Amino acid sequence: MAETINMPKLGFDMAEGTLVRWLKKEGETVTKGEVLAEIETDKATVEVEASVSGVVRRLLVDEGAVVPVNTPIAIVGSADEAIDEQLSVAGGQSSVVSDQSSVSSEQSSVSSEQLSVSGAAASASAPDRQPAPAMEAAAPPAAGPVKASPLAKKMARERGLDLSQVRGSGPGGRIVRRDIEAALRTVDRGLQTVVSPSTVHRPPSAAEETVALTKLRQAIARRMAEAKSTVPHFYVTHEYKMDALMALRAQVNAYLPEEEKVSVNDFIIRAVALTLRQFPNLNASFAGDKVLRHGAVNIGVAVAVEGGLLTVVCKEADQKSLRQIAAEVKRMAAGARQGKVKPEDIEGSTFSISNLGMFDVENFAAIINPPEAAILAVGSARQVPVVEQGEIKVGWRMKATLSVDHRVSDGAEAAQFLQALAVYLEEPLRLLV
Amino acid sequence: MPRITMREAISQALWEEMERDPAVFILGEEVGVWGGTYAVTKGFYDHFGPQRVKDTPIAENAILGAAIGAAMVGLRPVAELMTINFAFSAMDYVVNQAPKLRYMFGGQFRIPLVIRAVGGGGRQLGATHSQTPDAVFAHFPGLKVVSPGTPEDAKGLLKTAIRSDDPVLFIEHATMYQVRGEVPEGEYLIPIGQSKVQRPGRDVTIVTYAKGLELSLKAADELAKEGIEVEIVDLRTLRPLDMGPVLESFKKTNRAVIVEEGWRSYGVGAEVAARIYEEAFDYADAPILRVAQKEVPLPYNRTLEQAALPQVPDITAAVKEVLK
Repeated sequence: MAETINMPKLGFDMAEGTLVRWLKKEGETVTKGEVLAEIETDKATVEVEASVSGVVRRLLVDEGAVVPVNTPIAIVGSADEAIDEQLSVAGGQSSVVSDQSSVSSEQSSVSSEQLSVSGAAASASAPDRQPAPAMEAAAPPAAGPVKASPLAKKMARERGLDLSQVRGSGPGGRIVRRDIEAALRTVDRGLQTVVSPSTVHRPPSAAEETVALTKLRQAIARRMAEAKSTVPHFYVTHEYKMDALMALRAQVNAYLPEEEKVSVNDFIIRAVALTLRQFPNLNASFAGDKVLRHGAVNIGVAVAVEGGLLTVVCKEADQKSLRQIAAEVKRMAAGARQGKVKPEDIEGSTFSISNLGMFDVENFAAIINPPEAAILAVGSARQVPVVEQGEIKVGWRMKATLSVDHRVSDGAEAAQFLQALAVYLEEPLRLLV
Repeated sequence: MPRITMREAISQALWEEMERDPAVFILGEEVGVWGGTYAVTKGFYDHFGPQRVKDTPIAENAILGAAIGAAMVGLRPVAELMTINFAFSAMDYVVNQAPKLRYMFGGQFRIPLVIRAVGGGGRQLGATHSQTPDAVFAHFPGLKVVSPGTPEDAKGLLKTAIRSDDPVLFIEHATMYQVRGEVPEGEYLIPIGQSKVQRPGRDVTIVTYAKGLELSLKAADELAKEGIEVEIVDLRTLRPLDMGPVLESFKKTNRAVIVEEGWRSYGVGAEVAARIYEEAFDYADAPILRVAQKEVPLPYNRTLEQAALPQVPDITAAVKEVLK
């Protein structure tokens, strides 16, 4: 029986993907797990693997086509079997759109506010029931109608949740209240992972040039406009003495092989994570009539990639050693730069850090990455003249600016957070113990 | 508050109403000299005399025909049926005359009649004397159907029934006369047509009444040991049916089990479940389940009889099933 392969849904708000390249031609054999195509989503370029072995009987969309999720893109089967049935199904469903403008990515985007409202409203029913893992990042498209209780359907409808992305833990896989609640918690923690874009001004050229937006650029545009227009930001800047940290980093790295060296940013990730444990209100999300304080401290780290940026997520960074953080971030950032990240590496952040230190930036302010409550923008650690005990000396200094959602927190708390962070950054041995 | 039995509570209600209103009188088989098959009217004959506590022939249609006639001319009869199964012998009076006369005569007559009937199985009385046909009677508009699960409710509801200007079928469960409960001192009335939360909880709503309440309270205790908190809504009155507290509870728990002693098909559970689906569909998180009597004429053999009647483990199993 020939199998139809569909455009996968790789993220909560993915409505469509661009088929960048076919790696197999019609008539070629493919084995299960082999890469069939590359697709570009809002966030990254991802490989689509064949879900069965067989002969590629038909490629249903052209390279460059924008294809809605769950739409058939190929048929794989044995060399001689009839595929009329699959073709008719595919023909009925597929409306492959080459004109990007006609597909509204707005439709599938879910405002973080909608999602967070009453996300934790109801308590789980029976205490011994554990909800199943909520979001199936790369779940195969569900066949047939989604089974969900009327209550689950109502909750999903009210909060704009796509039931096809929720795994049901009820009888026969039915989606019930606890599954929706779990999914909403996941969504609240880290649905959106793209953070503030760095502003790159191109020099004016002789002729005006029109550049089509990549999926990533579109996502950044949408997310940032939404964040800046719906989240009331305020900013607090603090200057840190970095002499001890710079010296310690040199010492530590002397013991580590080249590929394991620890960056200043790794120190900052750990310091921020530990400080957030003291400031749960900043590791939180605004949720309509309440604030959700997240249990885990998951630090999003902005990574510049071609044409935009991605946030990779260091999960439970407060529980990890400096070397673990360094290794994880290095691996995820490399994946992001190659355009091949795993969905789990870019989801679930509760607080983000954007560091432009490598570009000799004194200071900047970042846009909050909803539904997070705050983001830390880190400038360069620089040697500057400093006044100590009435004398001018040379010292390492670094400025960092915290952007905070004013609905969640106020200036005093933000300032105290930055002060508490100083304890770790200025006495960095604390980060090693 | 004193803890008295269901029997004493019903007896007190009758006594108080007969003392209060000389139009109230009792009639039925063995209600007078013998004091009632279930000893509810013991002492009434001596106190109120043969005019107001009338022993009748063994003829239910005669009992109810006489009662309806008396009600039409201004008395307030309380007719006792030794078992509700005997109401079938007088079915025309129960469902065709008493509930309809007021309508058919344009309000010229009222029928302030109470039919006290002993219902339910579990006493090895055989298939024809052990039925729980409450839903049959609740089917007919014009007849109020009340079936209490606690002594307090029994007393307050029976007093209200006696004061009602329209006919009330008051069903007493045969195995519950010895059930004890706190009953307020002094006069009190409980309105007909009001359901009541008898035990608060958060996880599953159990809707029940009469014997089902007794079983459900036991099931709730067992489930609580496993951390499952059920909320029990006691219907108390089957017609008019008060869905308010049921819906309120269901909107909180999103899951329901309905416990009734009668047969499942076309039963009280079917009615309540349909009403929940109609009025709170969007709150359902699992299919509503019914715990009811097996679909057989109730056996005489004790083991088989108990197997056919709903039991506590049936309720705990159903609650766990809707929580899956």
